[in-house]
Amino acid sequence: MYKHIKQVAVAGAVALGLFGGLAHAATAINGAGATFPYPIYGKWAEAYKAKTNIGMNYQSIGSGGGIKQITAKTVDFGASDAPLTVEKLSEIGLIQFPMVMGGVVPVVNLEGVKPGELKLTGPVLADIYLGTISSWDDKAIAKLNPGVKLPKEKISVVSRADGSGTTFIFTHYLSKVSPAFKDKIGNNTSVSWPAGVGGKGNEGVASYVQRLKNSIGYVEYAYALQNKMTYAQMQNKAGKFVLPNSASFQAAAANADWAHTPGFNLMLTEQAGEKSWPITGATFILVYKKQDKPETAREVLKFFDWAYHHGDKMAEELDYIPMPANVVKLVEATWKKEIKDAKGGAVWTDALIQK
Amino acid sequence: MNTDHSEISDRALRRQRLLDRVFEAATVGSAGIVLVILTGIIISLFVGGWQAISTFGPAFLTTDEWNPVTERFGALVPIFGTLASSLIALLIAVPISFGIALFLTEVAPLWLRRPVGTAIELLAAIPSIIYGMWGLFVFAPILADHVQPWLQAQFGDIPVIGALFEGAPLGIGMLPAGIILGIMIIPFITAIMRDVFLTTPKFLKESAYGLGATQWEVVWNVVLPYTRIGAVGGIFLGLGRALGETMAVTFVIGNTHRLSMSLFAPGNSIASTLANEFTEAVGDVHTSSLIALGLVLFMITFIVLALAKLLLLSLETREGTKT
Repeated sequence: MYKHIKQVAVAGAVALGLFGGLAHAATAINGAGATFPYPIYGKWAEAYKAKTNIGMNYQSIGSGGGIKQITAKTVDFGASDAPLTVEKLSEIGLIQFPMVMGGVVPVVNLEGVKPGELKLTGPVLADIYLGTISSWDDKAIAKLNPGVKLPKEKISVVSRADGSGTTFIFTHYLSKVSPAFKDKIGNNTSVSWPAGVGGKGNEGVASYVQRLKNSIGYVEYAYALQNKMTYAQMQNKAGKFVLPNSASFQAAAANADWAHTPGFNLMLTEQAGEKSWPITGATFILVYKKQDKPETAREVLKFFDWAYHHGDKMAEELDYIPMPANVVKLVEATWKKEIKDAKGGAVWTDALIQK
Repeated sequence: MNTDHSEISDRALRRQRLLDRVFEAATVGSAGIVLVILTGIIISLFVGGWQAISTFGPAFLTTDEWNPVTERFGALVPIFGTLASSLIALLIAVPISFGIALFLTEVAPLWLRRPVGTAIELLAAIPSIIYGMWGLFVFAPILADHVQPWLQAQFGDIPVIGALFEGAPLGIGMLPAGIILGIMIIPFITAIMRDVFLTTPKFLKESAYGLGATQWEVVWNVVLPYTRIGAVGGIFLGLGRALGETMAVTFVIGNTHRLSMSLFAPGNSIASTLANEFTEAVGDVHTSSLIALGLVLFMITFIVLALAKLLLLSLETREGTKT
């Protein structure tokens, strides 16, 4: 009997092997990771395939899964919403670079308040999420909004329940501007919120905020826009109140000090500049420094190079924010310097740039 | 002629023996695969969750803290949420399913039985995410605007019971999750109850009617005792489904790691915690704790099924002594 089971098992293994081999040959580049950039990576892949006939297969399994898969070398690149620390990068032997950006926007449901009318500062937003400011007529909010009529009602706080890059950016910002927030809650893809309810995904948060009167939540910019939600103005590092839009996100990225940040380990929250939106963040790509398969690595880099130079319009159509040109230059210089084949030769050269 | 004949039948016999063996191997293989998969899942859950189990020890089951930033994890809130939402679901689904099954087998006119029965079976075919979306977008606003304020007005001031109805009427939380789960498991329990009720021999029922029993007396004294085991089995099947339900619960339970007595307060279940956090869990201890949660859910389901089996066994033996 055992003999039979063995035979079946062997046959199964052979069949699986064949299948796996076929599946592997069908696509050129394989990547896995963050869910936030999945729509734009998919769109780029489709356009790139039409142009070059080289496919890119991206599995949006989440940042944690992306890091695990690139560590196990089952994919050609990984993707993460949160940048890895320099220590972690060198431990695995990876480099990372920012690919595309998004902004996080506080949204409210207050009767009579129009989009962009309500003004908030980082510390006030942190106190609302800590539960220390619990009513809309609190002095701290009233002081910022002299002309706005705010109700004498409890604030219903809505947060993201699922682990997400959005929460990572949001809590990173609040930890930066509020020591109490950093102390009690901290910065992660999911955190332990002291108050309120949690919605699943941007759509979950958006629908809770739209349904619960006197609520506040945070969503990606695209969701606030598409759902016509009442977003708030935020005060940035320069002390100016700014509206969330493509220009203010780009300003944050352009003003960030990428050149002096090792491993591009940079969050775009609370950046300098009068026009910078304070809650901005990039999503990252992870590749190995030392490439056993330089041919595949070159194809991966060619794809992202093409996306940097020809993918801006597609990104903007989906309400993502493309990286500014000076950052792209820095990234490609890093490719040239850091990514090597087994013999130590550079995988990327300037000649490959598809302007 | 004679020798030829025996040769043919010999060959046929051999072929049949071979076919028999192939058939046997196939069935053994099919059954074996289940065991292999089951052991594989348990082992991999255990290995994956080992870091959490060794870090937190048995306190993992009794701690209500779940903080990915400080990497302190405890399963009490999700365990409580899983059990509480399933209990609410059973409280709602069992009486309703019982009523539907009785109506379909005893009360309804023949022409009505098939359409109503099919409608209930269709409920079972709806994907759980549809229940979740319906719960969030349609059911929750109705609950928040009309049902919850009324409940608070009626029971809010009564001591002890009032605590069950505390908090803002959000329309999402433990009660809505339980109600949605209840609706989801009604078709499963109903289908099984109806099928077992139909197995009651006609002569038993007709004898009872002949003795002057009312419809209720027939059901209570004849049909139910006859079909008790099957009916209980159906309830446990529904419970098993409620314990593991993921998407529908995630939409309406509120997804908050806080322990609360109130039915209106948002909570969390094991399955929805997994669905929410697994994809973006970057820390090793976080991932491991989530896998350990999966192991806990596995254990809970196992215990529930074992209890069901024990209950059925005790029912069977009691039946033996009675007759």
